[in-house]
Amino acid sequence: MKELWKLFITFCRMGAFTFGGGYAMLPMIQKEIVEKNKWATEEEVMDYYAIGQCTPGIIAINTATFIGFKRKGISGSIAATAGMVFPSLVIITVIAMYFRQFQDYAIVKHAFGGIRVAVAALVANTVLKMLKKSVKDSLGLLIFGASFLAVAFLDVSPIIAVVISATLGIVTKEVRTGAK
Amino acid sequence: MIYLQIFIEFFKTGLFAIGGGLATLPFLQNISDRFGWFTSQELIDMLAISESTPGPIGINMATYVGYKTAHFLGAIFAVIGEVTPSIIIIVLIAHYYMKFNEHPKVAAAFYGIRPAVTGLIGAAGFEVAKVSLFNISKYLHTHNILDIFQVKSLLLFAVIIFLLNKYQKHPIYFLLGAAVIGIIFKF
Repeated sequence: MKELWKLFITFCRMGAFTFGGGYAMLPMIQKEIVEKNKWATEEEVMDYYAIGQCTPGIIAINTATFIGFKRKGISGSIAATAGMVFPSLVIITVIAMYFRQFQDYAIVKHAFGGIRVAVAALVANTVLKMLKKSVKDSLGLLIFGASFLAVAFLDVSPIIAVVISATLGIVTKEVRTGAK
Repeated sequence: MIYLQIFIEFFKTGLFAIGGGLATLPFLQNISDRFGWFTSQELIDMLAISESTPGPIGINMATYVGYKTAHFLGAIFAVIGEVTPSIIIIVLIAHYYMKFNEHPKVAAAFYGIRPAVTGLIGAAGFEVAKVSLFNISKYLHTHNILDIFQVKSLLLFAVIIFLLNKYQKHPIYFLLGAAVIGIIFKF
């Protein structure tokens, strides 16, 4: 029980003090998990991260689940995950409760007018960065273009795009290794 | 049964959104289109708030969307729905401790999925741009093609893109800066 509580508290602290999720969390995870608690080695954390990144779901949650499971099985993974989401639940609920009261003020409206532009720029920038990393050949470019157009203009469900592109990836690799 | 519906929709999001927080955006947009629980504009505000508050972005978004849809219990069900697939999948992987990401079939699937995820986030970004940079409704009203473009917003957009590539600062600085500019220039 003590160990579960410690998992909860440690991940709670990580959830409360990291901004931005994903990679922004890595230094904090290293400090808390590797250096302070010695729950995993640096290499293991990198492994968890790589696996967390290419499995469905939120990277931070996947990593928390992994470390929790290694320590205390399924109850450990639930304690670590619960700790990670707890600060978000509290902070965001409070913001959501009061945001409606503020959003009609002119100053808040103008601020969010500007903020929305920044969000558009941040998303556009992420897409540009991801393009360089994810599109390696003409098939990649085709999958990128097709899923963009299908979801943006034809209202195709993103789930379908993920399933089809995974199948395409597997089939193409099979065909290529078969041809060799 | 709204809570069950929220749980199922976020379970699907958690199961198919690969690559972290921002990857949930196209799925949330899809939920907004189908159920009308929140608007596109609210979604962008949520993203801004999620990026500038602590915690994983995906969880912050799920909490916010869940709260908007069905208050506190809605937030709880959204978060539980979103993390459940992660817990199941990771526990399975950890249990067998297979080098999941090195398995050739998995690598092949991700060879296809990565560009698709980029396309999905691009599509979500296009929706964000429609709301924040362009003014389609004004154009439909006036039929003046110039009314589509919000010059102030496009200018700010270009400046932020430039600065983002020049200085690798945390997004929160750009969001705060844009808020100040929004107030001064009445966006």
